[in-house]
Amino acid sequence: MKLQSRHLLGLEGMSREELTLILDTAVSFKEVLERPIKKVPPLQGKTIVNLFFESSTRTRISFELAERRLSADVVSFAATGSSVSKGETLKDTARNIEAMKIDMVVIRHASPGAAHFLSRVVKANVINAGDGAHEHPTQGLLDMFTLREKFGRLEGIRVCIVGDILHSRVARSNIHGLRTMGAEVSVCGPATLIPRGIERLGVKVYHHLEDVIPHIDVLNVLRIQLERQESGFFPSLREYHRYFGVTKERVSQAGHPITIMHPGPINRDVELSADLADGEHSVILEQVTNGVAVRMAVLYLLGSN
Amino acid sequence: MRKEGKGSCVSLAAQRVSRVLRITIHHYSALTWPMTILLKNAHIIDPATGRDVTSSVLIIDGRIESVGKTAPAKADRELDLTGKLLVPGLMDMHVHLREPGFEHKETIETGVRAAAYGGFTAVACMPNTNPAIDDESVARYVQEKSKQVFGGIVDVFPIAAATKGRNGAELSPMAELVEAGAVGFSDDGSPIMNANIMRRAFEYSSMFGVPVIQHAEDSTLTRGGSMNEGLQSTRLGMPGIPPVAEELMIGRDVMLLRYVPGAKYHVAHVSTRGSLDLVRSARKEKLNVTCEVTPHHFSLTDEAVAGFDTNTKMNPPLRTVDDVQAMKEGLKDGTIDVIATDHAPHTVDEKEVEFIRAPFGIVGLETAVGLCVTELLEQEFLSWPELIEKLSTNPRRILNLPAVRIAEGEKANLTFIDPDIEWIVRPEQFHSKSRNTPFGGRRLKGKAFGVFNNGKLFVSE
Repeated sequence: MKLQSRHLLGLEGMSREELTLILDTAVSFKEVLERPIKKVPPLQGKTIVNLFFESSTRTRISFELAERRLSADVVSFAATGSSVSKGETLKDTARNIEAMKIDMVVIRHASPGAAHFLSRVVKANVINAGDGAHEHPTQGLLDMFTLREKFGRLEGIRVCIVGDILHSRVARSNIHGLRTMGAEVSVCGPATLIPRGIERLGVKVYHHLEDVIPHIDVLNVLRIQLERQESGFFPSLREYHRYFGVTKERVSQAGHPITIMHPGPINRDVELSADLADGEHSVILEQVTNGVAVRMAVLYLLGSN
Repeated sequence: MRKEGKGSCVSLAAQRVSRVLRITIHHYSALTWPMTILLKNAHIIDPATGRDVTSSVLIIDGRIESVGKTAPAKADRELDLTGKLLVPGLMDMHVHLREPGFEHKETIETGVRAAAYGGFTAVACMPNTNPAIDDESVARYVQEKSKQVFGGIVDVFPIAAATKGRNGAELSPMAELVEAGAVGFSDDGSPIMNANIMRRAFEYSSMFGVPVIQHAEDSTLTRGGSMNEGLQSTRLGMPGIPPVAEELMIGRDVMLLRYVPGAKYHVAHVSTRGSLDLVRSARKEKLNVTCEVTPHHFSLTDEAVAGFDTNTKMNPPLRTVDDVQAMKEGLKDGTIDVIATDHAPHTVDEKEVEFIRAPFGIVGLETAVGLCVTELLEQEFLSWPELIEKLSTNPRRILNLPAVRIAEGEKANLTFIDPDIEWIVRPEQFHSKSRNTPFGGRRLKGKAFGVFNNGKLFVSE
């Protein structure tokens, strides 16, 4: 069993077998991460560049850790202070990197399709670390890994993604991955932040948390950005918190425990109350740990393909 | 290597030399100046005269001497058009020639060349140049230049800006522009957002009977958008351009037109079912509304954006399957008067960037006929005479240009079409300066292979 593509650009279109392969491989790597010596040799001699055109702390560190633990040589690159800020195009940046004989590229970019674009202009394997509001496949995979670990399966579990679905690549990758694995997915948020036609991706749409909470096992809470208020998507953070903030009181209406996820970084007490984020049903830090294992699995499967 | 007439102001002597030498110098494709030309066995389709017959046409000194009469013993040039169509010269009323100001994308010369290869003897060019065509000197420049390139075989009619600098604030000098040859007014590329300016444009232009051509888009609804808003933009995480932005603007304009009924309103590149419904109902009220569709809006849907190819990025964007179906129905029932390409050249470097940063637009002159035959004729949405109306008769009628007829005594203005040839779109072989098309590699049926206009004959291959 191998992955169909040389690149990981998105979870849409990947088969259940491929997703399972990545998740199973990640189980072995998670075990490696528990060892006193956390380094294994599969990518020895491979060079990986992390191209982060958009600021990110946790994803970049997670990828770097995963790469180093697989013994790859790693170069990281952030948009500020590089030639990008001097007006060099993505294509030229990519060509230059190619000329330096890089084996794999991890890219984070504000423009949807940036990873697809890169995969067309370079020979290296391309891993999408987030392209605009399109996909963030390794986040989707680590969320799935975390849920599979918690529930023992993905088939039939009921997940609701809450918040700014319109601008969320995490939501899209979760929807595609979880649906392929047989989970039930819904989304909940203000009508202005639910993209058109999303129900045709096989998800139910809610605008009131109390309507959906009784019917789910998991709440995946998205970060709400203040700039969305400025561009008129909702009137105020206060109102957002009041109607879409995930709080202990709201969650308790379910009558059964609800697992809390968040891709980070959290606006505490805005989209998610601090007591839930730190509470017994939160798996937020496990998501972070699992992120490294899942990214090791992806790098390993693509790098040794 | 192609040896083509270098155009420019060719003297009579040079014309004669060229006539003598035509066989040797015009080896592959030819632009020639024959005094007499006989087009034999052509299938003539001319909606204006109702002709639909196989016959021969004799042209002397650029005029049609006879149709269907016995041929003279000797013509300077004979073309056997057995199995080919002879139609009134096609006109594309919506192209961007980019000159002056953006000559790296296209020049009047390369644009005109692309038009001739695509089978067009006339184009109307949009004013979003730099400087904009908002002043009679620029309008005259464009026309003068067009007479000097490619033998002047393609007529270029400027559409002037409706407002100064296309900034939507002050009317352009419309009377002067009409006198300088402008055939319509448009701020194309941008809508005329201000309702009061649109009202004034309607009122003022009505004095000349010249249409106001609206790029219908409420830009408060589209800002930042890159593709049609709907399932596909949701899948791709792309900022959307909602169909209602187009419909809202057409709706507003129709209401203004009802208030200023003497004006002529032409909607550029309609793309949604709702837009056509609005045009259809305005027509029922006998309002003076016409509209056009581009070949890409009846050939492709927003699913083509899935690979993030920036050659699928245009404004208005590719819409849904239902909208494509509506375009075909609108062509069939006559709601859509015109097929125009919105030929919008951009360089490879401009297009090979992230999707949301790429400029809108694709080239269209050299694929238009093939797409019309493949998508409309073959699928029986249109007959040949109906297609020719939309590609030749109607655009000229809307722009108040004399009708082109294939009849004795008329100026010869003709397009030759091979209706059966199957060919593959090879952007690298385009005669336009730009290559930005989503149709590369696509197999099409039907192609124009020559034109006759202004006394010049051009035959490709």
